[in-house]
Amino acid sequence: MKATVHVFLKPGVLDVQGKAVESALHGLGWADAKDVRVGRVITFDLASTDKAAAEAEVKAMCEKLLANTVIESYRIEVG
Amino acid sequence: MKAAVIVFPGSNCDRDCAVAVERSTGAKVEMVWHKDTALPDGLDLIVLPGGFSYGDYLRCGAMAALSPVMREVIAAANRGVATVGICNGFQILCEAGLLPGALLRNEGLKYVCKPIALDVTNAQTRFTAGYQGRREVTMTIGNGEGNFFADRETLARIEGEGQVVFRYVENPNGSVADIAGIINDAGNVLGMMPHPDRAFEADLGSADGAILFQSALASA
Repeated sequence: MKATVHVFLKPGVLDVQGKAVESALHGLGWADAKDVRVGRVITFDLASTDKAAAEAEVKAMCEKLLANTVIESYRIEVG
Repeated sequence: MKAAVIVFPGSNCDRDCAVAVERSTGAKVEMVWHKDTALPDGLDLIVLPGGFSYGDYLRCGAMAALSPVMREVIAAANRGVATVGICNGFQILCEAGLLPGALLRNEGLKYVCKPIALDVTNAQTRFTAGYQGRREVTMTIGNGEGNFFADRETLARIEGEGQVVFRYVENPNGSVADIAGIINDAGNVLGMMPHPDRAFEADLGSADGAILFQSALASA
């Protein structure tokens, strides 16, 4: 089973990278780009064939390592 | 007196820390590799140095916090051994859950490297007792991700408990409440972005950092 984890800074936590990218987009003429956020995508394969079990496993990985929940939120896709 | 400096792949202030502690205090300093599964016996001080452990992969300090040696560091810290994390060491302590909060990228995205004035907010800790009577000290900072963040509730708690130890006189990186260094609630784990290890002799521009190591070992 393939797992994909999206990690972003929580809303309200200043994303300076996003701000810099936003200002670069504006400089290129895309003035309508707003609230740019830069995150991370982590993908991997899991041996598990049970979707619920895989989700629980990936959630544990997020809490332990893949995200720092003090500043980041995450979204999991398995399938 | 005995101190250990933990060396991670990518640490680059480990030797600075060893020399700073030795020259400031006369303590014997042992270097401990991150893969070691035991710490030397009878440690009075553990130092997590600055640098770019594991190339800052994933998040600064995230991989180092899971190094084999960190299990022992966490156990020692929980037993009350004085532990200080400087710069990347501070990031590691936060990632390891020994200190609250996290370090974000600097506001303005700049790597900031310069001597900086610090307000000694709490001179009642085992690390800062030697600063009593002095409000302001100077140490060097050198970081790109030194922007301390804690949610409102955590911030209120650490402020209320006197866990903010150092504040920037002029905030260089956007840290919440100008925070440059904090201590755990038990008072034996200190994390700070400024480098006492780069300010331990007058020839370095400041000897204020020596006082921190002396205080930490005087209280051991």
